[in-house]
Amino acid sequence: MTLALIIEQMLNGIQFGMVLFLMAAGLTLVFGVMGLINLAHGSLYMIGAFVCAAVAAWAGQFWLGLAAGMAAAAIAGALIEMTVLRRLYDRDHLDQVLATFALILIATEGTKMIFGPFPLYLGLPESLTGTVDLGLAPYSRYRLALIGFGVLVALGLWLVIGRTRLGIQIRAGEADRAMIAALGVNIRALYTIVFALGAGLAGLAGALVGAIQSVQVGMGEPVLILAFVVIVIGGIGSVRGALLGALLVGVIDTMGRFLLPRAFALILPADQAMGVGAALASMLIYVLMAMVLVLRPKGLFPAHA
Amino acid sequence: MAEAALALEDVAITFGALKAVDGVSLTLMPGEIHALIGPNGAGKSTLMGLISGSLRPDRGRITFGGRDVTALPVAARARLGLGRSFQVSSLIPEFSARRNVMLALQSRAGHPFHFFRPVRHDRALTTSAEACLAEVGLALRAHVRAAELSHGERRRLEIAMALALAPSAFLLDEPMAGLGAEGTADLVEVLDRLRARAPILLVEHDMDAVFALADRVSVLASGRLIATGTVAEIRQDAAVRTAYLGEAAS
Amino acid sequence: MPRIGREQGLNLGLALALLAAPLVALALAEPFYITLATRIAILALAAVGLNLALGLGGMVSFGHAAYFGIGGYVAGIMAHHAFMGTPGPLGIPGTGQMLPIWAMAMVISGVVAAVIGALSLRTSGIFFIMITLAFAQMLYYFALSWPAYGGEDGLPIFRRNAFPGLNTMRPIQFFAVVYVALMLAIGVFAMLRESRFGAALMAARQNPARLAALGTAPFGVMLVGFAISGAITGLAGALMADLTRFVSPAMMAWTLSGELIVIILLGGTGRLFGPVAGAALLVGFEVVFGGMTEHWQLLLGIVLLLVVLFARGGLIGTLAGREGHG
Repeated sequence: MTLALIIEQMLNGIQFGMVLFLMAAGLTLVFGVMGLINLAHGSLYMIGAFVCAAVAAWAGQFWLGLAAGMAAAAIAGALIEMTVLRRLYDRDHLDQVLATFALILIATEGTKMIFGPFPLYLGLPESLTGTVDLGLAPYSRYRLALIGFGVLVALGLWLVIGRTRLGIQIRAGEADRAMIAALGVNIRALYTIVFALGAGLAGLAGALVGAIQSVQVGMGEPVLILAFVVIVIGGIGSVRGALLGALLVGVIDTMGRFLLPRAFALILPADQAMGVGAALASMLIYVLMAMVLVLRPKGLFPAHA
Repeated sequence: MAEAALALEDVAITFGALKAVDGVSLTLMPGEIHALIGPNGAGKSTLMGLISGSLRPDRGRITFGGRDVTALPVAARARLGLGRSFQVSSLIPEFSARRNVMLALQSRAGHPFHFFRPVRHDRALTTSAEACLAEVGLALRAHVRAAELSHGERRRLEIAMALALAPSAFLLDEPMAGLGAEGTADLVEVLDRLRARAPILLVEHDMDAVFALADRVSVLASGRLIATGTVAEIRQDAAVRTAYLGEAAS
Repeated sequence: MPRIGREQGLNLGLALALLAAPLVALALAEPFYITLATRIAILALAAVGLNLALGLGGMVSFGHAAYFGIGGYVAGIMAHHAFMGTPGPLGIPGTGQMLPIWAMAMVISGVVAAVIGALSLRTSGIFFIMITLAFAQMLYYFALSWPAYGGEDGLPIFRRNAFPGLNTMRPIQFFAVVYVALMLAIGVFAMLRESRFGAALMAARQNPARLAALGTAPFGVMLVGFAISGAITGLAGALMADLTRFVSPAMMAWTLSGELIVIILLGGTGRLFGPVAGAALLVGFEVVFGGMTEHWQLLLGIVLLLVVLFARGGLIGTLAGREGHG
């Protein structure tokens, strides 16, 4: 176990956290502004990955694929919002859960019908292959770029929410939904824009991850569930909470999977240590979530303390 | 000197920069109807929240039946005998009027963990429920779903539920809200009879009702108690007139 | 009162249809349909559990697959150790008898539900949904990676567990066991719903502030309801393990949690026989549309969307109207 390896795992954790941030930011905005729980967010992640892979293969160019993936997810999001979700804002959460679950079924089967049941290939872009020497350790150029993307998005969201008119409407909407309608803000447009924004971020996440893991049907739901954990830990309605929570979850999960089997190897025979360590590592972030629930039910960095 | 059924000592709560309730002390004595009035925004709802337990004061003490309840949650205070009705009718919409009252009765009787006996066949609950409904004039509407009752009927159901708790003090939040002249007159009659069961702390806007019922009146303005006294005393109080009618009135 | 009569008639019809179908299949020597009916009955039982938490208590648990899986694994692990002749976890000896396995499955899944419920009920609304989903996912990953009982490959049950006086290997006899369990569970549901506990639980769903103002804290009532709900779903899991003679982490997958909620919706939320109607509809859908196209889930999604948007009462709500709460 070398220092280089530890640093690599830490960076992997941060990179994983950035992916979770992209998912969680969209979810927390949609919940904060519209009060809607959206299980189909994972499907938007998947759509972003599939469209990226398909376009990248057709055009021979990763970046075009990435843009297409984001756009496709955003458009899909806008369409879903306008046709289905719009009717659900006043309904109870059970209806929202069922309707978005139905959307998952439709999106999953639809993707299988269009692209076939097998995973698609998405290759790394030429410019980002290979490793970068960080002094203490080499690290994948692509993963570093992914972290960079996350930082850019975080900054972008901070600017939009803090400095633009749209941002003001978002913050006002989070504080008092009924009021902003009364104040004459075009609610319909606002909701569609917010949803499309979140969808685009999910699509971006899916496309970026697709190059390092497989692009396959059902890839979005495990990430969606982790994004839920991030929101519970980080605090609802807060993009800052989503970022900090996501980094926390990403690092703890990655480091846990790396360290726990090795720790158990000190007291158990090797093959048992692997199994036990892996099993307990997989529970780690949920235990963290449980602890946050007990000690800080509103999350660690809530928008309104 | 009789012990107060309910007493507030220097109770205060602040929301951000707003001192919603700013050092209020008042008592509810046995056998009386004590009305709490004040202009909009005076802090009456906040005060109700503090007494019922849905809000915790920043300072001060609340005693109920001689016992310090400041730290107790809503359900615990209710179990001690504080019977509250809500300003906006808060009922179980799918239950009939009878079932709503039965719920109050079963809560009065103890813990809810009885799994076997059907509530419908529980004579004790059904007959008592019907008695409470009769007291407020809802006997013929016992089987109607709460969601389908008229506004006035719902206000009366709120009272019936408070009655069912056999409380040692009533906390009634604008029971006349939204009632017309006839509805108000009926309810005034009901409340007058209730006084014999337990003292009533009555928050109200309807001055006719207040003047008809109240033994004592306290006036709240900007979170503070500006006057306490009999109906006659309050009507003549200069500070009260200012609070309600503005500087020009005095 | 005609309304209530209609629902009772519908319930009786469903109960008889579910009983009759496998008997007819037996007469026609089509064992596949006996297994299908058994599967419907088991899913219905799982949904009866969820119906208690969700239909009566308003607790939208997107993690009930966890209890289904726990029940299944209890059955599988006990059978495994009985077969191997080795002692089970914590030294408890394996057993191949259904009754003690059911008792263990219900107790363990009930206790886990109580723990998860105690944590999750500190929140409400969408938080509650997300957290129940997350905890179920946690158990899913745990089952996937814990090496002792097959992990991803699952655990086979070589010999179906035994029930005194019956030959459980015969499909129709196993169906009878499941059917009786289902009817008993429905009976328990009805009893709880009519009891003081049920009244408090339903009040907690509709107006928790009012319930508290009457002197009953909603949290305790909801927690007990959630625990009992988990125990019933756990029983269903144990039965499913015996039906398929196989236990795997897939029993705890979030998709199953979703299916259980769909069953409740299709049948009618909170309705006595809603789970039976819903399970029959869902499995029927799979068999009928699955036979026509491999993409039947797309059709299911569309139907589901339409039902949510336009036919909220589910089958029983649509046919029998609103419930009475006299």
